[in-house]
Amino acid sequence: MNAPRGDVRLGSWEAVSLVAGREVRTKLRSKAFIVTTAATLLLLVGFALVMKLISGGSDATIGVTQQTATLAKPLEAAAGAVGENIDTVTVSEQDGRSQVADESIDALVVGNSGGELRVVVKKDLDDKLRNALNVLAGQLALNQEIVDLGGDPAQVNEAVADATVSVEPLEEPFPYDGQQLVLGAVAGILIYMSLLLNGQMVAQGVVEEKSSRVVELLLSTIRPSQLMAGKVVGIGFVGLVQMIVIGGVGVAAAIAFDVLTISISTAVGTVIWLIVWYILGFLMYSLLFAGLAALVSRQEDVGGVISPALMFVIVGYILGISVLPSDPDNALVGALSIIPVFAPTLMPMRLAMGGVPGWEAALSVALVAVLIPVLVWLAGRIYANAVMRSGARVRLRDALRTA
Amino acid sequence: MGDGRLEIDAVSKRFGDVVALREMSFDVRAGELFGFVGSNGAGKTTTMRIALGVLAADSGEVRFDGQPVTLETRRLIGYMPEERGLYPKMKVGEQLVYLARLHGLSNGDATRSMVEWTERLGVDGRRDDDVQNLSLGNQQRVQLAAALVHNPSILVLDEPFSGLDPLAVEVMSKVLLDKASEGIPVVFSSHQLELVERLCHRVGIIRSGQMVANGTVDELRASGTTEIVVDAPGAPVGWADRLNGVTVRSHDGVRTVLALGDGVDDQAVLAAALATGPVTEFSRRRQSLTELYRNVVTQEETV
Repeated sequence: MNAPRGDVRLGSWEAVSLVAGREVRTKLRSKAFIVTTAATLLLLVGFALVMKLISGGSDATIGVTQQTATLAKPLEAAAGAVGENIDTVTVSEQDGRSQVADESIDALVVGNSGGELRVVVKKDLDDKLRNALNVLAGQLALNQEIVDLGGDPAQVNEAVADATVSVEPLEEPFPYDGQQLVLGAVAGILIYMSLLLNGQMVAQGVVEEKSSRVVELLLSTIRPSQLMAGKVVGIGFVGLVQMIVIGGVGVAAAIAFDVLTISISTAVGTVIWLIVWYILGFLMYSLLFAGLAALVSRQEDVGGVISPALMFVIVGYILGISVLPSDPDNALVGALSIIPVFAPTLMPMRLAMGGVPGWEAALSVALVAVLIPVLVWLAGRIYANAVMRSGARVRLRDALRTA
Repeated sequence: MGDGRLEIDAVSKRFGDVVALREMSFDVRAGELFGFVGSNGAGKTTTMRIALGVLAADSGEVRFDGQPVTLETRRLIGYMPEERGLYPKMKVGEQLVYLARLHGLSNGDATRSMVEWTERLGVDGRRDDDVQNLSLGNQQRVQLAAALVHNPSILVLDEPFSGLDPLAVEVMSKVLLDKASEGIPVVFSSHQLELVERLCHRVGIIRSGQMVANGTVDELRASGTTEIVVDAPGAPVGWADRLNGVTVRSHDGVRTVLALGDGVDDQAVLAAALATGPVTEFSRRRQSLTELYRNVVTQEETV
């Protein structure tokens, strides 16, 4: 009893870190959190694997015999022209036929006589492969005609190859990379999920304290602002670590599987932008959610009270994911991505896709950074005025007035 | 200065048009158990919330040890809110350590204190259970442990006895008396007036946001009307009607209960009773706190 008590003064930082520490422990122990993180990681790695299986390696292997070996190079070129990536192997006709039968090669070119290609397949010829072979056959027929007319097929082909259209762009277009567009979409999904889940977690936490009325006990020893800050920081920190792990593992898996061939610096840049926007977006939305959630006293009312703020996250995401992958230059989305309420979902997508002018990126960050202190003040005021009033939903107007 | 008193000094509070507290004043001395009674809505909870800084007063001041209570000194207060509140999905032990640390204890001290109080209050077997899985009685014990776990220098408890079984009432009473005997001011509110009368050194009765009576139970009795029970078998009905300053409260067979006005000599009443024949009982009635309370509250209402 009466143990000599130590210094009872608790600094602001200590109060916030105690509250944040509790949030971190509670969240790390929550099954929902562990399951979503593991599931997201599995999905990303699985996605990278599937992409590798689809796009990696060749689409088909074509056998050529000794007689048709000279066709190997023109065949690969013709296939390339129709978007097929094929390998060729030189085999004897007998071996080739048995390999076609056991499906270790897709087709065997056995003869070429005057523009007619003879191909052995197991049952039928894949459409794309047929196109490639048709192109080759046409080429061979043309070459034959040129020789018959006394020309040199090589010279003619060179001349044909050199004849191209010359395009003069008035505005230099950004060369969007297909992989980066996919990366942008993935970044969008990640940040959307993270803001949605973690933001709602803050709102639910606020109402949990209010509905269990533990808030009265907490506020007899720490300030409302410290409680709110601790909650936002704690949940935000876990979300941040989750984002870094998921982003890092995702990019590492994609690079390891050769699915991503963009430079490491671009990949790292994407992850860093993702983290920056997660922090900004989370701070912005979770403060808003915390303030709004303090207005109600029951868990079932949380959804209703935060939905106006949640709409901005959802609208931003849906606009981005439906427009940007096909039209990354879209002017409307570009403009919206600078407006703070939409920026956290749209800007990281655009940044991952590339081609965002530096001033736009800087301006959107600056606007959100200016908005956050305003939100801290606003949410802190609503929270402090509403969090002790249990029972009916507190009107926003009342909460903004003095206590 | 330095007397360890908790003072509530002229605290007023309005909620919109409703006046919740009007110049509420009282003090709780070090080592004293102070009972706070009043009907529902009289302002007991509001007063306690203001003392804890959970609510801001419109005017007036709360002082401890001569100094206005600030956020720092508030951490010295152990508080049991009327609306019990703990995290439902947090383990008992962990929760108590967390609350102790929020009150400024180090991790080691907080853990030691949690172990001690859970043992003392008989919930040491439930440390690893979530609060929501405890019976209401055990939740109440944990709630008390939450008020005590940071070894407070002041105790403010709102209705600590409500909902407790008789055994738990004994445990709670003992803890409160022990804490008071350690020399800290203890204030609690209750509707169980017999319990307040038995436990408390001093009592405050509030009505409509004002302190209407405040003192030891004996002091309250002295300030109230003196009642005398007379058992005079031979006295005719209405024997006491003409005595100056005396009103007949009740007349039940041969027993008459009389209320004496200020300055009335009880010996004159005895003489009048003896004049009617033998007197088998003549006693001052010790009013219980319940009766005092009823008198104080109804008197105020008729004024």
